[in-house]
Amino acid sequence: MKPRTADKIATVLIVFFALLIVAILVGLLGYILIRGLNHISWDFLTSAPQKIRAGGGVGPQLFNSIYLLVLTLVITVPLGLGAGIFMAEYARPGKLTNFIRLIVEVLSSFPSIVVGLFGLLLIVNTFDLGFSLVSGALALTFFNLPLMVRITEQAFRTVPKQQKEAGFALGLSKWKIVTTVLFPVALPTIITGTILSAGRVFGEAAALMFTAGMSSPRLDFTNWNPSSPTSPLNPFRPAETLAVHIWKINSEGLAPDAVQIAAGASAVLVITVLIFNLAARYFGRVIYRKLTASKRMS
Amino acid sequence: MRVKPKKTRIEKHHLEDFVGRAYMSFCVLLLIVIIVSMVYFVASKGISTFTSGDVKISEFLFGTKWSPEGDTPSYGAFPFIAGSFLVTLIAALIASPLSICAALFMTEIVPGWGKKLLQPVIELLSGIPSVVYGFVGLSVIVPFLRNTFPGQGIGVAAGALVLSVMILPTITSVAADALASLPQNLKESSFALGATRWQTIARVILPTTFPAIMTGVVLGMARAFGEALAVQMVIGNAPFVPKSLFESASTLTSVITLSMGNTTMGSPQNNALWSMALVLMLMTFIFVLLVRMLERRNKI
Repeated sequence: MKPRTADKIATVLIVFFALLIVAILVGLLGYILIRGLNHISWDFLTSAPQKIRAGGGVGPQLFNSIYLLVLTLVITVPLGLGAGIFMAEYARPGKLTNFIRLIVEVLSSFPSIVVGLFGLLLIVNTFDLGFSLVSGALALTFFNLPLMVRITEQAFRTVPKQQKEAGFALGLSKWKIVTTVLFPVALPTIITGTILSAGRVFGEAAALMFTAGMSSPRLDFTNWNPSSPTSPLNPFRPAETLAVHIWKINSEGLAPDAVQIAAGASAVLVITVLIFNLAARYFGRVIYRKLTASKRMS
Repeated sequence: MRVKPKKTRIEKHHLEDFVGRAYMSFCVLLLIVIIVSMVYFVASKGISTFTSGDVKISEFLFGTKWSPEGDTPSYGAFPFIAGSFLVTLIAALIASPLSICAALFMTEIVPGWGKKLLQPVIELLSGIPSVVYGFVGLSVIVPFLRNTFPGQGIGVAAGALVLSVMILPTITSVAADALASLPQNLKESSFALGATRWQTIARVILPTTFPAIMTGVVLGMARAFGEALAVQMVIGNAPFVPKSLFESASTLTSVITLSMGNTTMGSPQNNALWSMALVLMLMTFIFVLLVRMLERRNKI
């Protein structure tokens, strides 16, 4: 074959396969949204699921997912920031730093089901917290923490070196430089990364099946006392999230409209992840403009 | 170097420095504690199958009969180990060429709008939750396979197809990074010699970036090996070594997902499931090791 012909064939093939991936995504999103959107209504989003009859919703599951996400972020963000800043600014290259890097790498590549099983063993059984929101949030912390560390470290590493040097020249202490000079510059990247990781946490199911549980008690949405067992805010109650719910009704759903519920819930999940994606971009840009000098330019 | 202050009084910024450092050390320490306890707990639970004398390691790893509830229970996990490796390998075989093409499209063919088009696509694909992939697999891929091939549709092929879409973003983004970081003059000298674009790609670009692209493939395989729910939904969960691609099978993750809730803690069956979790964890170590080796090769 002539080189020119080979070149043309290869180009066509590469373009074809690349566009095939685009087609897969468009097909996937189109399928999920078209199948799911006509099943989504205010009633579907707020009502409780039915076990055997048709017409159940995903209200408690949706609430659980969001609440669990908030709990997880409250735990992971400060811890991830601390460890990430340490890795970026304080850790000197050496055996210990390499070891920590290896740990972050290993922890982030653990299968989520192994993280869930560890949560079952340690939090649910040994600490005796039972199937609860707290257990789920802690399991998601193991899952999300390495991600947060990486995001923070990368964000700090992209800050121009001159900013730090200027701070030293002014005689600031290292901690002052980190918190008042570097952190504001790194913040937009951190926020973007955090929101994107929140999207991942929102869709996570395998780690939650064995920690947050696969059932939701009857919730009373007028009861906002966190210690009451029927209160949605009680962190020690079991909580089935949206993703776990989708898995459950696909595997053992008894309701006659299980397929439609799965479609509707999948659409809700995907739309939420899309919103997270857009929000990440938007907030990153807005906060960057607020915290750095570039607002004067625009 | 800062000059040490003569005053013995602790100044405010020193205290701040100390508190900050202590807090960060605590965070890092916590990471170490988490991983050490994770390895310890899963390993001690996983090993108890063999130390309690219920099952021999060789029987667990190579036994093909899984019947924990039979009269003479046997705990051969080979069908699940084989299933895991089979779907992972097939998924990697499907996804790698597609991903490499996508990466080439972004960096070599149309670097401008190709990146603008594919970058969001890759990000969105990696953001879609795994249960949604499972749901779509169950309602699109399984009926399609049922109508075109022999069998029930559920099985190894369905699992591998779903997984291949799930690992596309991982491989593509790593491969695209590798291609983009290639020195420009390497390509230019190839073009200067009169090579066509494809000749440059096939003989210069791909061989040079091979270790880096393999890193992406290994990362994708690690994700496929550990993925639980999407696979469980479409693979059929039969405890046998599959004889064809369209036959129902199980993976380590799918059998853990299904059985863990139905067994009592400490029973031989439950312990065998923990041993499978241990196998998953050991495989993660192997994947991380492979990635590290490939990265080292990449640097030289």
